Amino acid sequence: MSARAIEVAGLRKSYGKVHAVRGIDVSIDAGETVALLGPNGAGKSTTIDMILGLSEPDGGTVSVFGGSPTVAVGAGQVGAMLQTGALIRDLSVGELVAMVASLYPASLDVAEALELTGLSEIAGQRTQKLSGGQTQRVRFAVALVSDAKLLVLDEPTVAMDVEGRRAFWTTMRELAARGKTILFATHYLEEADAYADRAVLMAHGTIVADGPPTEIRAMVGTRTIRATLPGADLDALAGLPGVSGADRRGESVVLSCADSDVAIRALLGGYPDARDIEIAAAGLEEAFLQLTAEDVDINGPGDGTVVAGGAAVAGGSAPAGGAEAAFGGGER
Amino acid sequence: MNGLAYTRYELLRTLRNRRFFVLSLGFPLVLFFLIAGPNRNVHNLDGTGISAPLYFMIGMVSFGTMSGMLSAGARIAAERAVGWNRQLRISPLSTRSYLRAKVLTAYMMALLTILVLYASGASLGVSLSVGRWLQMTVLILIALIPFAVLGIAVGHMLTPDSIGPAVGGGVGLLAFLGGTWFPIPSSGFLHDVAQILPSYWLVQASHVALGGHPWPAKAWIVIAAWTVVLALLAHRAYRHDTGRV
Repeated sequence: MSARAIEVAGLRKSYGKVHAVRGIDVSIDAGETVALLGPNGAGKSTTIDMILGLSEPDGGTVSVFGGSPTVAVGAGQVGAMLQTGALIRDLSVGELVAMVASLYPASLDVAEALELTGLSEIAGQRTQKLSGGQTQRVRFAVALVSDAKLLVLDEPTVAMDVEGRRAFWTTMRELAARGKTILFATHYLEEADAYADRAVLMAHGTIVADGPPTEIRAMVGTRTIRATLPGADLDALAGLPGVSGADRRGESVVLSCADSDVAIRALLGGYPDARDIEIAAAGLEEAFLQLTAEDVDINGPGDGTVVAGGAAVAGGSAPAGGAEAAFGGGER
Repeated sequence: MNGLAYTRYELLRTLRNRRFFVLSLGFPLVLFFLIAGPNRNVHNLDGTGISAPLYFMIGMVSFGTMSGMLSAGARIAAERAVGWNRQLRISPLSTRSYLRAKVLTAYMMALLTILVLYASGASLGVSLSVGRWLQMTVLILIALIPFAVLGIAVGHMLTPDSIGPAVGGGVGLLAFLGGTWFPIPSSGFLHDVAQILPSYWLVQASHVALGGHPWPAKAWIVIAAWTVVLALLAHRAYRHDTGRV
């Protein structure tokens, strides 16, 4: 049931002095939908290139369905959509998809692939005459016509408009329901939140968190309190019960709270001048910033376990440090 | 896997690329008529005993096919630049099927170039026995093998903006040293250099039609050696060419 689709251990890759991937471990079971989340330069694409056998690791191992990536790719077990890439010209959309389908041992019916990607109507159009969004959809069709067990998509929705994106994710859900293993890289947090069973957060070539998107949100201060409070001492605020960190934004202060109920009482008790008070749930965006904006020596070799400090949100690093304990240290 | 469908689509793409198609065939054709046309009644060119249209026809055949083979490399470079090469790498298409498709499309263009120039030569009065036409054609196709392989190698090593000058310069140099434009002296440094170039033997293949001798053993060795060396280079270039361009 839970056969491994992808097993990555101790993976490293450098380009000159840049350590793009610095020793990561990830296992993905067959049937999982996993988001590889991270800002630009986090090492997502480099990791994907190695999983697809397009680049050789400097150290560590990658196996896909228990064998080398090259073997899995050669057997037609992998369909992929790379981050960059246009289409070759002088073929129609339908012909291009059919050409790719012909390379796979058990491909999807071409008409079905075109239907799934909403390309049926422009199947006769030449590839060089497509819009950016249409091109992206053809690239998606090229990946899924393989009907491969594993789909790897590197920032698939980047050039899509809102409607294209919605259609794309509808199709992805359908594919996931058919039992496909899906790994997609993205820097859209909502996408990971809405469509993945699990999110793997990368920053500076390491994995900083790995778990269900909801848990990633829970890992950081669950709520923030924002209030106008000129001249308040940040250290004193950070020391209030229930508060894990404090930051100043002009006249306002922002408190990251482990327990906002306790914190708001303490704030009003100690600082009756506080006004314009807002209490909000920390979004995944905030979790993301907090987890990925730690101080890492980019040129150091790294060892895959990074202590995440919450520099972006507040001076306090307790929530993100907790995240590391919850996810970084556990079995991945 | 099914590399045949891939080959079929590659051939189709080449035929559909009108600019590439017309320029590849048209350029040698225009050159031929420009040079041979005014000299169509010269029956003994520079005392060689060969008519001007025949001499320039075979010169253009070697030049046109050589540049055609290397232009196939330019198409590869363009595919790489848009990332299509990486897309193919993550499909089950084997290296062998890929290379076969590329070689076959290059040969298709070469064969069309040859036929068009033969027809043009005939229109200016070139007349040979069927045996000569055939013998010449077969030898030319064999002599083009190293160029087909070279095209693939440079296609995987160069970028679209650098391949233009490289192919232009390379073809010019090889054509010059191979004796496409003027006969190579029968001894001396230039002669010695020419003997080890595939372009020289490509030109000599056509010279069979001029009543010259068929290839000596040396020709076969030179062609085979270049083919092996360039095939290793092309294979290496292809294997290493998986990065983002």
